[in-house]
Amino acid sequence: MSTPVTNILLTGVGGQGILLASEILAEACMHAGFDVKKSEIHGMSQRGGSVVSHVRFGTEVFSPVVPEGEGDILFGFELLETYRYLNLLRPGAKVIANDFRIQPPSVLLGQERYPDDLPEKIAARFNDFTLIDGLKIATETGNPRVANTVLLGAVSRHLQIEVSVWQQAVAKMVPAKALELNLRAFQAGRTL
Amino acid sequence: MMKEILSGNEAIARGAFEAGVKVASAYPGTPSTEILENITNYRSIDSSWAPNEKVALEVVIGASFGGARAIACMKHVGVNVAADPLFTLSYTGVGGGLVLIAADDPEMHSSQNEQDSRNYAKFAKIPMLEPADSQECKDFTRLAFELSETFDTPVMIRSCTRISHGKSIVTLDEPVTGLPEPKLVKNPPKLVMLPGNARIRHPLVEKRIVDLAAYGDSWAINRSELRSADIGIICTGVTYQYVREALPDASTLKLGMVYPLPKQKIRDFAATVQQLFVVEELDPFIEEQVRAMGIAATGKEIIPICGELSPERIRAAFAGAGIIPQLPATAAAAEKLIPRPPNMCPGCPHRGIFYLLNKANAYVTGDIGCYTLGFMPPLNAMDTCVCMGASISNASGIVRALPPAEQRRVVAVIGDSTFLHTGVNSLMEMAYNKAPATVIILDNRITAMTGRQENPASGFTLAGVEAPQVNIPQLCHALGIRHVRIVDPYDLDAATAVLAEEMARPEPSVIITNRPCCLIKGDERFAKAALLAVDENDCTGCKACLRIGCPAIEWLPEPDGKKGKASIDPLLCTGCKLCLQLCKFNAIRQVQ
Repeated sequence: MSTPVTNILLTGVGGQGILLASEILAEACMHAGFDVKKSEIHGMSQRGGSVVSHVRFGTEVFSPVVPEGEGDILFGFELLETYRYLNLLRPGAKVIANDFRIQPPSVLLGQERYPDDLPEKIAARFNDFTLIDGLKIATETGNPRVANTVLLGAVSRHLQIEVSVWQQAVAKMVPAKALELNLRAFQAGRTL
Repeated sequence: MMKEILSGNEAIARGAFEAGVKVASAYPGTPSTEILENITNYRSIDSSWAPNEKVALEVVIGASFGGARAIACMKHVGVNVAADPLFTLSYTGVGGGLVLIAADDPEMHSSQNEQDSRNYAKFAKIPMLEPADSQECKDFTRLAFELSETFDTPVMIRSCTRISHGKSIVTLDEPVTGLPEPKLVKNPPKLVMLPGNARIRHPLVEKRIVDLAAYGDSWAINRSELRSADIGIICTGVTYQYVREALPDASTLKLGMVYPLPKQKIRDFAATVQQLFVVEELDPFIEEQVRAMGIAATGKEIIPICGELSPERIRAAFAGAGIIPQLPATAAAAEKLIPRPPNMCPGCPHRGIFYLLNKANAYVTGDIGCYTLGFMPPLNAMDTCVCMGASISNASGIVRALPPAEQRRVVAVIGDSTFLHTGVNSLMEMAYNKAPATVIILDNRITAMTGRQENPASGFTLAGVEAPQVNIPQLCHALGIRHVRIVDPYDLDAATAVLAEEMARPEPSVIITNRPCCLIKGDERFAKAALLAVDENDCTGCKACLRIGCPAIEWLPEPDGKKGKASIDPLLCTGCKLCLQLCKFNAIRQVQ
């Protein structure tokens, strides 16, 4: 029924650098010779809301949005936001999540508790589940702000795109003065 | 040929550049904002923010009358504001080509309604194009200018959130050359729309739309793609992509021009397929016209009228009607999860005002901007929100219906950019008619919600050049408001006193807050303040600091059932000191 398209979801909280990571991913897909489409909702995202970015690539891509139940890889920057979008994935999909929690408003107010069993619940639904500590690795690399690039490096291992193409895409999308740091962060994520 | 991944908005900007546009104007509004922001990167185009969409369109009409190609960009509800000039522009026609971009927001990701802009094309009797990806955004923008000049008409392009904010690959072209130089040409019978002249123009408008429909019959952007003859689907824009994905074997008539419709092409397509469907997001705009042609078609009986479409929704609709086989049930029903709504930023100067409005038991008429989030718990301090500028006029109206004791509770809140957009007229009315309500202008010196665009009170233009600043207090005085107070929204005691005095006053009054948006970089009034921390020995767990809903303050429950404590995240705290003022036990202190 569907065209041979790879469907990737990047999820998290506004302000985590999801849009930049998905732009680098889309850029790499184009340089690797694929058709690519990307979609997300901006609007409220920078005010700490839930964010999901869709990236689809293949020989020909129609809809810019990943159909429910057809996601191949989910790349979560935050645990609750990883769990929230699992229904977009096909059975047997790959989940790579950052071991990081950002409290939603009702948890900050003490009205609800942040669930502490999310990694177990994700693992119960998806065998191919990797949990990584992006913030720790980014801090070791030199700056906690490049956690998104570390995560992108981790995801890059699972896509058939040459490392030089990734580096080219990173170089195009990040400011020159931050390039070296981002390339180091990407490499650190890639070797996880 | 150079290829780039562009958003629909970036591609429209590129199309304007390639088309030789000389003047561009807009008011920010999601999902249209980035069009003008990207146009400003092309130095050959004079681009600027207008205080509202009506002004933006009128600026662009002027440029067109002067002979230049010109473009105005706005969100769907912005077209409501610009509708007055739009309808008469249809009669005058253009000088240089004129294109109006309307970015719809099906699903209301960032809007107060999901009106379908295609109705405006029919209403104003002007053509509308609808691109299906970024490549078409660029190409259609170029084509729209040619169409505009060939048929002497403004042209609308309808985008939507998924097109404007979706990215796809675009092949770039070189800009056009050889456009005529703009110059003044007098032509009052065409451009002075007095009744005598307008009566002569109207038949031309009617003829133009007939000619355009005939042109659409042979125009390549209306494209018949024959696959299986069983199912034929008329579709446009992003819906075409959804249809191709959901029903890859179906034949499609993809319309690039959604108004006027190419009638012969539709008849021909209908004749080649067994069953004809119209799949369109929101209104049955094409469907009704196809039916009026006497052609049987299925549409909104099976396709949802509310919200965004998607391949899944289209498949479900066709399966539900028995046209394609039922699909296997998808994943288990969604589990109820803790929601993560957007919130005002840590350090936001609006937060304290909404805390005080809640405490004062005010009835708050709200407006469009970041501060609409004052509606959310725990602030819970907004009672109405209709459209840009409505807060003040709604307050003015509501007090007329109420006894004096209730009147005093009515407070309108509006941001600086929204005030300048359409709030000024409303305040003029309130002063003129002496409506005894209080207005708070939350002046954070920027158009914050759409991503911090400059405005006539911010001191800078779109290009970042210094500009005259509207003096908002003096403007309020000039409109006839006698009591204008300025408060520091970070000083809760002072703001409480001013709010109580002005709410009690039985005449119109205005309170203006004076702190800039905490996301504005390089504003000297927002030098990094000392951060705050909770002393856990002094924290009694009273939760008073939680009542402002600051994302930097977290409640730490004690696992053994004892009382919990508050904690401040140093990565998020801006040092605004609102929480410090709420703590009766001096448990929150500045650090460093």
